[in-house]
Amino acid sequence: MAEQTQSPRGSKPIVQSVARWLAPQRNRIIVLAVLAVVAMVLPLAANNYMLEVLSNAWFYVVLCLGLNIVVGYAGLLDLGYAAFFAVGAYTTGILTSQFGVNFWLTIPVAVVCSMAAGIIIGGPTLRLRSDYLAIVTLGFGEIVRICARNLEITGGAGGLIGIERPHLFGLHLNQAIHFYYVFLALAVLACFCSYRLQHSRLGRAWQYVREDEDAAEAMGINRVGAKLYAYVIGAVFGGVAGCFFAAKMTAISPETFMFQQSVLILVGVVLGGMGKIPGVIIGAFALVLFPEVFREIGSMRMLVFAVVMLVIILYRPEGIWPAKRS
Amino acid sequence: MSTNTSLLQVKDLVLSFSGLHVIQGLSFSVAQGSIASLIGPNGAGKTSIFNCLTGFYRPDSGKIVFNDRSIMRLKPHRITRRGMARTFQNLRLFKSMTVLENVMSGMHCRSSAGALSAILHTPGQRKEEREIREFCEQCLEFVGIQDKTDWIASNLPYGDQRRVEWARALATKPRLLLLDEPAAGLNHTEKKELIRLIRRIRDELGITILLIEHDMGLVMQISEKITVIDYGQKIAEGQAEDIQNDPRVIEAYLGREDEEEE
Repeated sequence: MAEQTQSPRGSKPIVQSVARWLAPQRNRIIVLAVLAVVAMVLPLAANNYMLEVLSNAWFYVVLCLGLNIVVGYAGLLDLGYAAFFAVGAYTTGILTSQFGVNFWLTIPVAVVCSMAAGIIIGGPTLRLRSDYLAIVTLGFGEIVRICARNLEITGGAGGLIGIERPHLFGLHLNQAIHFYYVFLALAVLACFCSYRLQHSRLGRAWQYVREDEDAAEAMGINRVGAKLYAYVIGAVFGGVAGCFFAAKMTAISPETFMFQQSVLILVGVVLGGMGKIPGVIIGAFALVLFPEVFREIGSMRMLVFAVVMLVIILYRPEGIWPAKRS
Repeated sequence: MSTNTSLLQVKDLVLSFSGLHVIQGLSFSVAQGSIASLIGPNGAGKTSIFNCLTGFYRPDSGKIVFNDRSIMRLKPHRITRRGMARTFQNLRLFKSMTVLENVMSGMHCRSSAGALSAILHTPGQRKEEREIREFCEQCLEFVGIQDKTDWIASNLPYGDQRRVEWARALATKPRLLLLDEPAAGLNHTEKKELIRLIRRIRDELGITILLIEHDMGLVMQISEKITVIDYGQKIAEGQAEDIQNDPRVIEAYLGREDEEEE
């Protein structure tokens, strides 16, 4: 990133500093526009396999951005994020396949359910320091999965099948290309929300709490409240992503929401760079594309992936995307 | 001490850590609109008193009445919301954030926008953000570092970092400002400026001030009332001259003269 705020901007001559400020900004808009065009046009040239992989990548972008609010912005280690994703997926799955509710109406229900799940788990645990929180969230993630496997309404170990695919303005969303655009739109929405939240009163509160909990508290910020807020918003991202996941797959099973899933999402966030939207997007893409690109080497690819992860953690602990500030 | 003139009243405050008594039945009060000081030898329990007042420590017993309401056992952020702000002995800035962002933290408890209005950029949220920024810029101007708004806090010289802390505390719109060793690490000119600033905060903003300080010259010069603490107990109270001549104070200080700076 071009903008390194090592020296005070004000001390440079104004014209020069404005020029320096404008150039990367304009560059950034150009880069964004190019990326948007590529993202829009790409599916026209892609085969079904590529579409599937790319939709999956956008889907992980949404999940990673959701977890990024918890881990990156508020600095909470959450090892059970897949639980919220599961809550959303099962809400949609149960309501559409068993009660015949229209898919779009299940989204607000899923939002409420994931918020409730966030409050139930976050309320008592967010007072804990991060290591304890990690263990509790890990347990919570497993509880949700095991419940899903044993309850009748969730279809037990076999999961739910026959989830109806939604209609959008008369168009039946049943092709890979449709879901590519659905997940692209979701990812853009997630970016937009993340960006706005990051640059708001709430986003600042998260950063204060992350930097110095006591000082933040002394400045009148409710430490636990701010964390809970992040946790619940992160849960909503996961829940909504889960709704669309269920609709795309038409079938869900508890094994989709295993601990590995939570870890995978967390890896995406850490790999790209916590708290940085472009970084998290890159992380999510790396997560999905890497195993696909190295499919030929079979299960060895996970080993290579692990080595890449280690190298990044050792040499770039701040993630792939550079830190904005020194 | 009558209730209508004292902004802060502490009565029989007791604080102990696993049996060790840090504060033992301390009572004092701070009058509305005054500049008061807490002094005492090292380890007398001054900072512990601040931590009790601001809710960071939970006193065993006693009473703390601020603005005619008890603030005993309130969470620190609630106490800040009631109008008590503090600075820290060792600077506690949000180091990787800009000066302005640091000061904006103070306005958090005086604003209310939530997630939805932030995502939608509602007119109310935009107005609030503008107000936060304007007020914080005023605070920075008041302490005299308005030209360093965009600096990263940790890149500032020490004296300026102190100013950011004051601006941040002022941004909470307090009625009472607690300053924990505000002169520590400042040079002679900076101390002079500090005295002027403290007076301006009281005179122009009408904020009551309670400070802990080691620099006796500064304390004697600025305080209208001094409370002397030793071993968690009040040993003397009054104006500068009374304190200077009080035999118990002299004894408390002379006994450990070698540890003191003055």
